Amino acid sequence: MTLMIGIPREIAPGEKRVATVPDVVEKLIKLGFKVAVESGAGDAANFSDDTYRAAGAEIIDGAAKLWASSDIVFKVCVPTTEEVGLMREGGTLIDFIWPAQNPELMQQLAAKKATVLAIDALPRQLSRAQKMDALTSQAGVAGYRAVIEAANAFGRFFNGQITAAGKVPPAKVFIAGAGVAGLAAIGTAAGLGAIVRANDTRAEVADQVKSLGGEFVKVEYEEEGSGGGGYAKVMSEGFQQAQREMYAKQAREVDIIITTALIPGKPAPKLITAEMVQSMKPGSVIVDMAAERGGNCELTEPGQAVVKHGVTIVGYTDLTSRLAKQSSTLYATNLFRLTEELCKTKDGIINVNMDDDAIRGLTVIKEGNITWPPPAPKLPAAPAKPAAAKVAAPATKGHGHGGGGAPASGAKTAIMFGVAAALFWFIGASAPAAFLGHLTVFALACFIGYMVVWNVTPALHTPLMSVTNAISSIIAIGALVQIAPPLSLLGGFNRPDSLIRWLALAGIALTAVNMFGGFAVTQRMLAMFRK
Amino acid sequence: MSESLVTVSYIGATILFILSLGGLSHPETSLRGNLYGMIGMTLAVLATIFGPRVTMAGIPWIIGAMVVGGGIGLYAARVVKMTQMPELVALMHSLVGLAACLVGYANYVDPAASAQLVGAEKSIHEIEIYIGILIGAITFSGSIIAFGKLSGKIGGKPLLLPARHWMNLLGLLIVIYFGWHFLHAETVSAGMIGLTVMTVIALLFGIHMVMAIGGADMPVVVSMLNSYSGWAAAATGFMLSNDLLIVTGALVGSSGAILSYIMCKAMARNFFSVIAGGFGTGGGTVVAASGDAQPAGEVVAISAPETAELLREARNVIIVPGYGMAVAQAQHTVCEITKYLREKGVNVRFGIHPVAGRMPGHMNVLLAEAKVPYDIVFEMDELNADFPDTDVAMVIGANDIVNPSAQDDPNSPIAGMPVLEVWKAKTSIVMKRSMASGYAGVDNPLFYKENNRMLFGDAKKMLDEVFVALKS
Repeated sequence: MTLMIGIPREIAPGEKRVATVPDVVEKLIKLGFKVAVESGAGDAANFSDDTYRAAGAEIIDGAAKLWASSDIVFKVCVPTTEEVGLMREGGTLIDFIWPAQNPELMQQLAAKKATVLAIDALPRQLSRAQKMDALTSQAGVAGYRAVIEAANAFGRFFNGQITAAGKVPPAKVFIAGAGVAGLAAIGTAAGLGAIVRANDTRAEVADQVKSLGGEFVKVEYEEEGSGGGGYAKVMSEGFQQAQREMYAKQAREVDIIITTALIPGKPAPKLITAEMVQSMKPGSVIVDMAAERGGNCELTEPGQAVVKHGVTIVGYTDLTSRLAKQSSTLYATNLFRLTEELCKTKDGIINVNMDDDAIRGLTVIKEGNITWPPPAPKLPAAPAKPAAAKVAAPATKGHGHGGGGAPASGAKTAIMFGVAAALFWFIGASAPAAFLGHLTVFALACFIGYMVVWNVTPALHTPLMSVTNAISSIIAIGALVQIAPPLSLLGGFNRPDSLIRWLALAGIALTAVNMFGGFAVTQRMLAMFRK
Repeated sequence: MSESLVTVSYIGATILFILSLGGLSHPETSLRGNLYGMIGMTLAVLATIFGPRVTMAGIPWIIGAMVVGGGIGLYAARVVKMTQMPELVALMHSLVGLAACLVGYANYVDPAASAQLVGAEKSIHEIEIYIGILIGAITFSGSIIAFGKLSGKIGGKPLLLPARHWMNLLGLLIVIYFGWHFLHAETVSAGMIGLTVMTVIALLFGIHMVMAIGGADMPVVVSMLNSYSGWAAAATGFMLSNDLLIVTGALVGSSGAILSYIMCKAMARNFFSVIAGGFGTGGGTVVAASGDAQPAGEVVAISAPETAELLREARNVIIVPGYGMAVAQAQHTVCEITKYLREKGVNVRFGIHPVAGRMPGHMNVLLAEAKVPYDIVFEMDELNADFPDTDVAMVIGANDIVNPSAQDDPNSPIAGMPVLEVWKAKTSIVMKRSMASGYAGVDNPLFYKENNRMLFGDAKKMLDEVFVALKS
């Protein structure tokens, strides 16, 4: 028996999104499911009934009939009491639920003996779960839209231009909070050509900000703000003071502020005070993405765009709905990935496997039993700090040319000098003068070699080896002077001439291989290096 | 030519050799550097031949030997493939070592060489002979084994004899004992016993030393042998009281020593532990990582057309080549792809790890051979910070040098080794034959990263397919 997935029309005012799109309907059918869509469900997001029908979905008129015939319901908005009333006994619902904020809804759903997967309860720190992370996909859309709204309300170009009519400076955008929405906003604003600055209490996001073309503005105060699960935590008073000063400074300098700061289960932190708004240039724009949770700016009016002190403050709470086609497509894909996880057998039947970390976290009600909150996840969110520090230490030593690593300890150096001194004393006391002359040359040559070779670029290390190889065939001189010395040097000794000659001859032949071969191959290699 | 003129020529040659190494500091000046080297060598050899210590009788012999040796050398230099450079270099080291031995023996059996020497001077001269032959013999046999290993004639697996350190110590004691014996020998033939025994032990030691070292540690071995061949030349210089040989030997010796040091540093390994051997195996049998830190996640494979798609859409690409590229002879295709992408305005660069390949600078030479311009080939330190801005990082036949566990996992056998941080790129693509571990035998968590894709197959074949897909 294959299950029926139902997609009701969203009834919340202003909601334009829909929980699945025609492309994804096809994929769901491939997994073995049947799909029913309420007539008009996709209209606001520009997906007509016909496109759903073409993708293989059944179109059902009226919410009551749809809910009654669906085994599984995909939705976007938190269901209303009426919707829960329509739900089939023992059915499955996949939706945003926010169980912490909606305890009554949880009771109603439990009473229906339902199985509920709250997409907002996904354990986001699992890398496997990211493909299902609807909070991320929707926040990304919202971040993009926030910049577009800002651009709409802002009276100037984003990018700097030099035109015949004069020079236009680029807009300066400050983004508070570099979560998913913040990062999307950074990328979008930078893409439009603005100068983008961003701040976050979590220092580790600085690299991500930079990678998107933003500049990370630090708060001059030491505190780690990672609260686990990818969210920030509430910071200390001293930090907040320093942060306020930084925000005040940014407010005076920038044209556009986009705030995205949220702390789970708490009202949004008030980052932008009325005075800061006053200090901004006339015509500036603030987009408050936290408006739904009270707003990051004191003057935000949720759901509206208002002008105060000459600054447009955009407090829309439906940024994702304002890009309904895009956000619906991403949401539908997230739900499809989740469905894949639930239906590994591809036979149109779901299996809510509570041993699976990701599924366990999502499931807030299983067959009428409330299973929220889930047990603490096995994975620690914070990386092991000491380990990272330990590894970093040797890395920073680098391999500085000529440096030779960390300086040796005093005692070690003293011992080395002692040994060297003793050795030199011994040589000086017993060796003849001629030898000492050669030793001097040798020691100095070692140093010259050391200095010269450190200058060799690493790219040429192979030619360096072959050329040193070639010049070490200078040993040939040793063989050359042995092959046929003048009689005056021999002084009438009984010399095994032919033995020496053959040895020297072999020596010359061997070194000649090196001499000619070494230089020739070096020449060949070096000739290949070109710009 | 008088003795003084010869000496002046030698000074000239010395200067030219120093300038020769100095020229290698930049690719633009390197050809001139090589020319200086050749002039210096010619000067030294001619000055010696026409100097007071060689008579006309020797010249035919010299020319004969030079023609034979030089012919072989030039031929080898012409035909050698760039991927075989490490083998050629190792083989050439062995020749220097052997020549040092021969010159040492010839010097010892020549009574004229030490006739005027008495007392301490005689002892020092004999010590010089002894040490010169010792280093020469180790260089010779060690290089031969290194050649065998690099060319695949001998397996890359380290040969670990039981109690090998004790055997080496015993060898050293025997060498010292016979050295003492040699110094107190009354006649040449009596001294010959000690000299021969020492040579045999030195040869065995050289073989044993390199046999115990695994494939991945070869860059260290090759540069170490390079250093030894220099010290052998310096020792010969002491023996002949010839400053030119001493200086040249010292230059080469310190050059090799510095290269060994750089290589060890790049692997975060201690020089002595490399020489003691047994780390980088050919089969990847050692160390099953630290059991609890098995990488989690799934490996996502990718096809050649998809790779081409990613490359086409990228703005910044960094290619990280490894020994696998050399084995597959893929450098030419890599160059074609690079050229194509650069024409399309993609910023393609190469990231070279110091120990990529089998000898220092190996990758640079291969890329140069494939006509990749050297100004887009960068050292690890130069571009490691740029990975976050990179769209696609392509790893071709490399493994340990891009292993994140060197940074993340303090228990990893390669912990602390500097690595190219390819996982920081938006997407990394690893080209590999299979999921086998690298030479260090360590599993690579990079493969399981979410932004990593695996392109399985022979590097050359897959790159050809990528290139075809790119052009279509």
